[in-house]
Amino acid sequence: MNALYTVFVDPFVQMGAQPDFFLQVLWEGSVAGILYALIALGFVLIFKASGVFNFAQGIMVVFAALSLVGLYEAGVPAWLALILAIAIMGVLALAVEGLVMRHLVNQPEIILLMSTIGLTYFLIGFGEFIFGGEPKVMVTEELGLPTGSTVLEPPGLGREGGPGLIILQHIDIAAAVIAVVMVTVLGIFFNKTRIGRALRAVADDHQAALSVGISLNQIWAIVWFAAGIVALATGIMWGARSDVSFALEIVALKALPVLILGGFTSIPGAIVGGLIIGIGEKLGEIYWGPLVGGGIESWLAYVIALIFLLFRPQGLFGERIIERV
Amino acid sequence: MMLKKLALGAAFVAMTGMAAEAFAQESLYIPLLTYRTGPFAGSGIPIANGMSDYLTMLNERDGGIGGVKLTIEECETGYDTQKGVECYEGTKGNGALVYNPYSTGITLQLIPKASVDKVPILSMAYGLSAAAEGDTFPWVFNPPATYWDGLSAIIKDIGEREGGLDNLQGKKIGYIFLDAGYGREPIPLLEQLAENYGFEVTQYPVPGKEMQNQSSQWLNVRRDNPDYMIMWGWGAMNPTAVKEATKIRYPMDKFYGVWWSGGDDDARAGGAQANGYRTLNFHGTGADYPALADIKEHVVDAGKSQVEGDKFGENLYNRGVYNSVLIAEAIRTAQEMTGKDVINAEDMRAGLENLDITEERIKEMGLEGFMRPVKVSCEDHSGHHEVYVQEWDGQTWVPASDWFSPMTDVVSPLLEAAAEEYVKSNAPWPERQVECASGS
Repeated sequence: MNALYTVFVDPFVQMGAQPDFFLQVLWEGSVAGILYALIALGFVLIFKASGVFNFAQGIMVVFAALSLVGLYEAGVPAWLALILAIAIMGVLALAVEGLVMRHLVNQPEIILLMSTIGLTYFLIGFGEFIFGGEPKVMVTEELGLPTGSTVLEPPGLGREGGPGLIILQHIDIAAAVIAVVMVTVLGIFFNKTRIGRALRAVADDHQAALSVGISLNQIWAIVWFAAGIVALATGIMWGARSDVSFALEIVALKALPVLILGGFTSIPGAIVGGLIIGIGEKLGEIYWGPLVGGGIESWLAYVIALIFLLFRPQGLFGERIIERV
Repeated sequence: MMLKKLALGAAFVAMTGMAAEAFAQESLYIPLLTYRTGPFAGSGIPIANGMSDYLTMLNERDGGIGGVKLTIEECETGYDTQKGVECYEGTKGNGALVYNPYSTGITLQLIPKASVDKVPILSMAYGLSAAAEGDTFPWVFNPPATYWDGLSAIIKDIGEREGGLDNLQGKKIGYIFLDAGYGREPIPLLEQLAENYGFEVTQYPVPGKEMQNQSSQWLNVRRDNPDYMIMWGWGAMNPTAVKEATKIRYPMDKFYGVWWSGGDDDARAGGAQANGYRTLNFHGTGADYPALADIKEHVVDAGKSQVEGDKFGENLYNRGVYNSVLIAEAIRTAQEMTGKDVINAEDMRAGLENLDITEERIKEMGLEGFMRPVKVSCEDHSGHHEVYVQEWDGQTWVPASDWFSPMTDVVSPLLEAAAEEYVKSNAPWPERQVECASGS
C-alpha cells in the first residue's frame, strides 16, 4: 500500500506542494524537447526526401557549429562567420551528393545507411583535423542571441504558499522561437513549393521521380543543404547551453526516441514528439527517478516512445504504409 | 610459396624485435596514454600537452635524464577503456618504463596486468584509491593524493567553514558525478563520512551520454537544495555542470570540484556568474616558474609543442607538467639507485617507490612554489599529501585556502580495508613478489 502511494500519489502531491518548481520542470522539459526536435528535424528532412536515415546528422551538428566558432576564432566577424558556416554546409551538401549519394541511386536502404555511418566517421576525423579536439565557446552574444534570464516570482506558487520562483533563460526562449520559425518555413517549403513536392516524390520512389523528370542529384543536394542549416541552428543552441565539442555528437542520439514517436517523415511530428519526450523524461526523472536512485532519463525516453508505438506503430504523425499482397 | 611467406614473416618478427631492443637500449621509452579526440578531449588535451612538453624540455635543455634521451610516444585512447588497453598491449613490448593511463577505467584494467608484465602504473591522483597500499599493489602508484584523500579534504574544508566537522550534522551534501568508474570511486568513503558526521548525501549521477544535457540533475539539485555540492566531473561534463549551476543560481562558493573538475575552460563556461566556484589543487597555476620559462623557451617557442599560446600555464596544462615531474624524478631516482643510465621498468618501479622530491630539489628544478615535497614509500604508494582549495575569480584560479592535509587518519584504515576487499574479490591476488626497494 505504501509502495502504491509512493509511486502513484506522492509524485503528484509533490507537484502540488511546489507549483513553481513543477512549472519550472515543465518549462525545462519543453526546452529540452525543442532542442531534441531541432536535432530530429535534420533526420526527418533527409529521410523524407531520400528514405535515408542519416546517421551523420549528429556530427553535422558539431561540424557546423565548429565551422562557425572556428571562423570566428580565426578573426572573422560573427555574422560573416555565420554566413560562411552556411556556405560550408552547402559545400558539404554538394560533396555528399556528388561523392556519395549520386553513386548509390537505387541501392538498398541499408547501403545508404552504411554510407552515412562512413560519412560520420570521416567528418569526426576531418573535423578534429581541422578544428582540433578542444571544446570551443559558442559566440552567442556576438550573434546577437540573448543571454541572461528573466525571473518570475508568482505569488503563492512557492513552497507552502510562499512566493514562487521560475527562471527563464533567454537563450531557451530564443531556441523555441527559432524552432517554430524553422518548422513553419520547412512546412511551407515541403508542402507549398515545387521543389518541396519534388522532394516528397523522390522519397516515395527514386525511379518514378526520375521518370517524371525530377533531378535526383539536385534534390539530394538541396535536402542535405537544408539539413546542414538545421544542423547549424541546432549546434548554436546546444553549444550555447554547454560548449561546442565533439561530445555534442552523442546528444544527437536523443533524437531517436523523438523520431520513433513523431514519425520519421513528419516535421510537426518532430516538434510534438520532442515536446512529449522532453517533458515526459523530465517529469519522470524529477518525480519518479528518486524512487530508483535517479538516472532514468536516458532510457525513459525510449519507454515513452515504445508505449506510443503500441498504439500507433507508424509514430504519431508518420505515414501509414499499407502494402497489399 | 608458403615457406617463403613463413621465412619472410620470421625475418620481419626478428627485425622488429631487434629494433625494439635497440630502441629500448638507446633511450628511455615513455608511452603516454592520452586523448586529444572525443568527448573528453577538453580535459585530455591540456594534460597531454603539459606532460609531453615537460619531457621534451628535458630532452632539449638537458639532453634527457642522466644523459639518456627520452623517447615520448603518445597513444590516443579517446578515454575509452578498450582502446587504452590496446595502447598498453601495443607499446609494452617497446620497453615501456611506466604507464599513465589517465582514466580510472583503463587503470582498473591495467592493475592486474602490471605485476604480470612488470611495468609500473602511475595513476597520479586518480584510479583506484586503495592502490595506495603498496604491499597489496606493489606495481601501482597514485601520488600525491588519492580520490579518497580529495573527498576527505573537501569535507574537511566544508567542516571548517561550518565551524567544525561536528556542525555537519543534519547538513545536506549533493554529489554530482560522471556515472563511470571514476565518478563512483569515492562513493564508499562519502557514505562512510556521512555516517561519521551525520550529514545527508544525495547523489546525482550523470551518464556519459548525457554530459551536455544535465538540466534534470540540476533541477533535482534546485528541489533538494543541498547546503553544498561536490562534483567528480570530467571532459564535457564540467563546463556543462558549471553552467547549469549558475542557471539555477546555486551559490558557487558552495560548489566544490575535485582537482579534475578545475580546468580553466570548465569554470570559464559559466561566465561571470561562475565566480567563486571552488576546486581542489595540488600544484600552482600560471607560468611564473623558471621550469615553465624553460618549457616556453625550449619547446613552445621552438615550435615543438601543440599548446595554444593562451593555454600555456593553465591549470590542466600544469597538471600534465606535474605528472611528468613525477615521472622524471622517479627515473632520476632509479638511475641513482641502480647506477645505470638506461633503466628498465623494474628499476622504474623501485624509483617510484623511493620517490622523495624535497623542497631543495623542487627549487633546483625551478618549481619553487609550484608544488609541495612528495614522498612515496614501500607501504604507502600515495603519500596522502597536502592539497589546497582554489577559487575561480572570473579570469583565473586563485588560492582560497592554505595547503592542508586530507583526513589521513580516517582514510588510511578505510583504504586498508578496501585493499583487502579488492584482494578478496579478485582472488587469487598474487602475494607481493618484489622486495621493498631501498633508497640510494
